[in-house]
Amino acid sequence: MTDLTSLETDLLAQVSGAADEASLEGVRVAALGKKGAVSELLKTLGGLSPEARKEQGPLINGLRDRVQGAIQSRRETLAEAALTARLAAERIDVTLPVREGPETRGRIHPITQVMDEITAIFGDMGFSIAEGPDVETDDLNFTALNFPEGHPAREMHDTFFLRPDRDGKRKLLRTHTSPVQVRTMRNVQPPIRVICPGRTYRHDSDQTHTPMFHQVEGLVIDRQANISHLKWILEEFCKAFFEVDSVKMRFRPSFFPFTEPSAEVDIQCSRKGGEIRFGEGDDWLEILGCGMVHPNVLRNCGLDPDTVQGFAWGMGIDRIAMLKYGMPDLRPFFEADVRWLEHYGFRPLDIPSLVGGLTA
Amino acid sequence: MKFTLSWLKDHLDTDASLDVIVETLTRIGLEVERVEDKAAALAAYRIAAVLTAEQHPNADRLRVCTVDTGEGAPVQVVCGAPNARAGMTTVFAPPGTYVPGKNITLSVGVIRGVESRGMLCSGSELGLSDDHDGILDLSTDAPVGQPYAAFAGLDDPVIEINLTPNRPDCTGIHGIARDLAAAGIGTLKREQLTPVRGEGACPVAVTRDFAPEDAHLCPLFSLRLVRGVRNGPSPEWMRRRLTAIGLRPINALVDITNYVTFDRGRPLHVFDAAKVKGNLTVRRARDGEEVLALDGRTYRLDDGAIVIADETGVESIAGIMGGEHSGCDEGTTDVLIESALWDPLTIARTGRRLGIVTDARYRFERGVDPAFALPGLDLATKLVLDLCGGTPSQATVSGEVPDTERIIDFPWTEVRRLSGLDLPRPEMKVTLESLGFHVAGSGDRAKVLSPSWRPDIEGKADLVEEIVRIAGLDRIEPKPLPRIEATVIRPVLTVMQKRTRQAKREFAARGLVEAVTWSFIAQADATLFGGGKPELALANPIAADLSDMRPSLVPGLARAAQRNADRGYGDVALFEVGQCFASDQPEGQTTKATALRRGSARHGGAGRHWDGAARPVDAFEAKADALALLTALGVPTGGLQVVAGGPDWLHPGRSGTLQFGPRNPIGFFGELHPRVLKALDIKGPVVVCEITLDALPLPKHRPTKMKPAANLPDFQPLTRDFAFVVARSVAAGDILKAAQGAERNLVTGIEVFDVYEGAGIGEDQKSVAVAVRLQPTDRTLTDAEIEAVSQKIVAEVTRKTGATLRG
Repeated sequence: MTDLTSLETDLLAQVSGAADEASLEGVRVAALGKKGAVSELLKTLGGLSPEARKEQGPLINGLRDRVQGAIQSRRETLAEAALTARLAAERIDVTLPVREGPETRGRIHPITQVMDEITAIFGDMGFSIAEGPDVETDDLNFTALNFPEGHPAREMHDTFFLRPDRDGKRKLLRTHTSPVQVRTMRNVQPPIRVICPGRTYRHDSDQTHTPMFHQVEGLVIDRQANISHLKWILEEFCKAFFEVDSVKMRFRPSFFPFTEPSAEVDIQCSRKGGEIRFGEGDDWLEILGCGMVHPNVLRNCGLDPDTVQGFAWGMGIDRIAMLKYGMPDLRPFFEADVRWLEHYGFRPLDIPSLVGGLTA
Repeated sequence: MKFTLSWLKDHLDTDASLDVIVETLTRIGLEVERVEDKAAALAAYRIAAVLTAEQHPNADRLRVCTVDTGEGAPVQVVCGAPNARAGMTTVFAPPGTYVPGKNITLSVGVIRGVESRGMLCSGSELGLSDDHDGILDLSTDAPVGQPYAAFAGLDDPVIEINLTPNRPDCTGIHGIARDLAAAGIGTLKREQLTPVRGEGACPVAVTRDFAPEDAHLCPLFSLRLVRGVRNGPSPEWMRRRLTAIGLRPINALVDITNYVTFDRGRPLHVFDAAKVKGNLTVRRARDGEEVLALDGRTYRLDDGAIVIADETGVESIAGIMGGEHSGCDEGTTDVLIESALWDPLTIARTGRRLGIVTDARYRFERGVDPAFALPGLDLATKLVLDLCGGTPSQATVSGEVPDTERIIDFPWTEVRRLSGLDLPRPEMKVTLESLGFHVAGSGDRAKVLSPSWRPDIEGKADLVEEIVRIAGLDRIEPKPLPRIEATVIRPVLTVMQKRTRQAKREFAARGLVEAVTWSFIAQADATLFGGGKPELALANPIAADLSDMRPSLVPGLARAAQRNADRGYGDVALFEVGQCFASDQPEGQTTKATALRRGSARHGGAGRHWDGAARPVDAFEAKADALALLTALGVPTGGLQVVAGGPDWLHPGRSGTLQFGPRNPIGFFGELHPRVLKALDIKGPVVVCEITLDALPLPKHRPTKMKPAANLPDFQPLTRDFAFVVARSVAAGDILKAAQGAERNLVTGIEVFDVYEGAGIGEDQKSVAVAVRLQPTDRTLTDAEIEAVSQKIVAEVTRKTGATLRG
């Protein structure tokens, strides 16, 4: 059966000679298409005697299978070569820069971040957040807080006043967030545990003062809260906030109209090469004022100082932000310079938590 | 308040070191601000004798000296001072010494080829004077080898404390000594002041001329004449102390008043009796009355001030400063010494109004010890007699010492109740007594009488403070504050607090940078943005452009954006979430969340880029910020309406209002109005959105956190595109609403994929192409059904908007 052998040789040569998918398809049609050479041979089987069919059948079918297999294999080879050629052509310059995404560009102001840190810490200690208006009355900002008449803080050179109204009464911009404490004590039955963060205003502007700044005060009122608890809360707060294992704090007796006894609190630190570290060193840095709520303040809020008691403290948010994160100057906090904000600001998804750590 | 260690020891018998005293002062509430210990700073500087002084071989102006330093062999020193000469006694500093006046540390040097082992010093080099004339030229009997500081009387450390306003008693060194003694640092010296026996009545009468309601302005005025004094420089010990605490010695009579002021916290005044005409009247000043005061300035008074006047006019501003006319000088032979009590508030107000800060005002406005007014007069008289001689008259006393006695009923348990500190009762009693309190009673409660010099003591809490501060706050052990309930912490933030926090994080995540700008802005800016009401204007702004409470965050952010642009950062995206003010009432304060984009600072990026430059920002960028915020805050936007137009400060055609019905606007977005840009001197484009967080609907409280079952149909959705031609005035939103409403159950989404105006479309018309997504829920739709739905959509849009389907 030299015909079959030579046909096979010929077809296989055509298959391996097909340079691309189209010519391979031409070979396939010529061999295996309806009128293809092999198909024609297969058609002849029907007219043969059973004996001849038994002999010819396997030969022709074998031819078909081998040609089919060769085409399939050639097709894969061609496809592989085409892909290789395509991949060789498809090249990008991976060093081209991509645009930064919005969440990479956006920033949270350090004051917001520090407020969130403070909230995380005191929230865990069972404190809620009390807020009040920036425009306050003289009563809530001063009188209820036991500021005597004629106290220097009540003067125009210390406090911002709004223009007097028709009755000659003038409102003011709160000089501390203590009015929120008064509002809370007048409206909430003890036990009270709140922190009062917010904007405060004083008629002051120089290297270290801005006419607007941020404060957080704390207030605890119940039937047994005393200075030992106050010390614990402040020490725990400072350790958590500055993220150190221990801090040494110094409570110095001091004076505020609204607390008695009163103290100022220094925190021990070291200063090396412009860097402040807490929990070490032998420098003292004043960070807050505190004391037992003055009996007159409790009375002014409708509470009996012989049956309820408590303590309060206050500190500057901007100031502790500067201490923790090292901004040398307060004024740029309020200048909205994007260079400063990008440098000192925080990323939107850096949300402080106690379980994960306040900072990354 | 400043004093020296030796002065303190006049009142306190103690062996405690300076360090212990300083540490104790701070511990008991008298915070030490500064200690100046020249003896320590100048310890290396010794008195030395110059043995020889020869011309330097290589320099005309230098001399080579041999110096006897008091120890070892003479030392060779090269000296450039013109007055260096053999035989003089001066001050020597060896190598290794720090020189404060030059801020250098000495080393062995070779000056023009000659070795020099130290330095001969001038006053300026020691930081003691500005004298550059030459090296110190001491008397020849100065002890060679001894520390110069001790010889010069500079070995008395000066301590400065930051006195809290509640402690007038510590404006005198005696009071400070009392506190230290109570704290266990030595014993308070209590010398008995013997009253001065005057001869004859004081010839000058005093009238306190006040209306009955003004009697408190001057409860007591006492005066004594001393005749025949010799006024000259006060003795060296007094001058040295006054100089050390920063006072300038004047003459003995004046120095005595200053000395008693600091020694006992008792300010006094002396008049030259020869210059006082007639009797003295103490009264309110008359409006417009003038006085030339001792500082050489003329003050114009009003009737808020108290004055002491003679027949010719005002001689002294009471409690603050005396008058030049009757001041004492070297020629004074007869002196009137005044010791009086003044109303603290009046002194404070007058001092502030006149801008006069004096040691007398400092004490009177805090409240001096009323019981010491007359002993103080005697003490001053005694010093005058000792230092200046003379003959005293009897004192004339007008008024009387007010009764300031307060008795406090004090349960000793109060200390533990407020401080947590458990102290033995005897210790507490001793503390109070050593501070001058009288304690009576032996049981659980005591009657405590406060001393006349402690006007700050009102009640029990004050006594607790006294006991605890002397015991030491460091003795109180920190104690955990138990939780109110032993539970896991429950959420504490209010809805507004949560929204404020979320708004900030969302805006930051959209590429905006958080700014914190002033709550007060320029009046013109406030007015431009709907504010500027008189009730929100500051009476005393710190600067003209920080005068009015802001009605909106936009002006502050817009100006900030322009400042950044001026620095070269024009594509800025800023936001602020903060308080805005519509009235001076608490309800008038709202929290707004505002985002501002300038230049090409789009959400996707700013500026040019190889992959496509960012277009300038537009109102839709601001709208996207606003809607993203609402979504982040969980505000259901189903009923939200977007209406064309906004407040005056936005571009009328390129702005929108977000509202839940016409009565419930929640915010705005759009381009800033060109007129506003011009008024603020800002280059656009600037787009903003501002949402009032307080105006947002509150979330509904739901009993469970369960979400509704998810609807995930098994059938493929399909999309059909429609291009509608409508009048330009038709809102795309209305087309979307109509299409959506045509087949509510099937239409699950619509996108506008093209908006076209121009050729091929009629004038005043536009083409809006939308892709409508149909989601079958129970079976696959047939072609006929799809066709029917499409026709329904077209019909409904046509009915609602007059649209025609584009051919």
